Amino acid sequence: MKPGLKRSNAPIFWALFGAGGMLSALLGPMLVFITGLAIPLGILLPADTMSYPKMLAFAQNFIGKSFILAIIALFLWHAAHRIFHSLHDIGIHAGTGAKLLCYGLAMLGTVLAAYALLVIGF
Amino acid sequence: MSENQKVIEIEVLRYHPEKDNEPYQQVFEVPFTDDMSVLQGVQYIKDYLDGSLSFRWSCRMAICGSCGMMINGIPSLSCQTFLRDYYPARVRVEALAHFPIERDLVIGLEGFIEKLESIQPYIIPKEARTLAQGEYLQTPEQLGAYEQFSSCINCLLCYAACPQFGLNPSFIGPAATALLHRYNVDSRDGGKAERMELINSEQGVFNCTAVGYCSEVCPKGVDPANAVNQNKTNSAADYFLRFLAPKGGAK
Repeated sequence: MKPGLKRSNAPIFWALFGAGGMLSALLGPMLVFITGLAIPLGILLPADTMSYPKMLAFAQNFIGKSFILAIIALFLWHAAHRIFHSLHDIGIHAGTGAKLLCYGLAMLGTVLAAYALLVIGF
Repeated sequence: MSENQKVIEIEVLRYHPEKDNEPYQQVFEVPFTDDMSVLQGVQYIKDYLDGSLSFRWSCRMAICGSCGMMINGIPSLSCQTFLRDYYPARVRVEALAHFPIERDLVIGLEGFIEKLESIQPYIIPKEARTLAQGEYLQTPEQLGAYEQFSSCINCLLCYAACPQFGLNPSFIGPAATALLHRYNVDSRDGGKAERMELINSEQGVFNCTAVGYCSEVCPKGVDPANAVNQNKTNSAADYFLRFLAPKGGAK
């Protein structure tokens, strides 16, 4: 066995990427339909489905909070990983800088979402 | 040569490092018959047109894995690729992509041989056995777990197909990972923990971005992409669970 093998920390990012990919594939199209088409055009769903009081109640419920956090954070980690690897694929090997920028933005988005969900109360 | 002999143009990538600054293309006009492979085409060039052309070959029947080349940009065994499928257009033959060129169509294999050694491609017995204990027995299911991965002939088409190996030659790559997996899932083997060190390392499976072209070009029906991606799961499980259930492979 070759000496000096360093364990890769990729599983962390790969797991977040995989979780985000699974979630976006299963729920993404439905969320786009509800928030982008059904609600604005007033089809299929009651007009006040996404009204402010309803959405506030949703975000204050523990399960609602978890759902919003998972959607925002995991979608971001998925996108960050995809963008980082695509940069590599097209020949931009920015290394640590690109890694920090991609995953840093996902981390920032996660922290902001978690903070907002906490301050909105229970 | 008869009047209606068909002639195809073969464009070959030439490079003799002792006199050429960089590789260049040379076109040869090769008379051919419908049963001639691209390998036979370059053999014709060597025998009748330019004896200095270098390439590797041996068995002529997709078993030895020596004659891999880029044929019109696609990693192929030249012995099972036929000139008739390109005629009347010109066919372009180049050394396998992503490898250093030793001479003309001959690539440097050192990097791959090192990888092949590093995966310990042999059964490491779980415990010492005496001859008196007889042979190992396996069920068809135990054989099925590794059989397809044992068909690799080290032709390196999958490495020429892998964009990630092209970007990072230290990546252990498709064939070596498939062979590593072949021993890890063999019921007679006990060397998994040692081999997983390589899978888990920065040279390991996470260099793969699931392109899948390696499995597409494999002439022996091996699915290296499958081996690589199964081991992403194995490696991730080991990464997160190693503190709960340490079973080697962790550093």
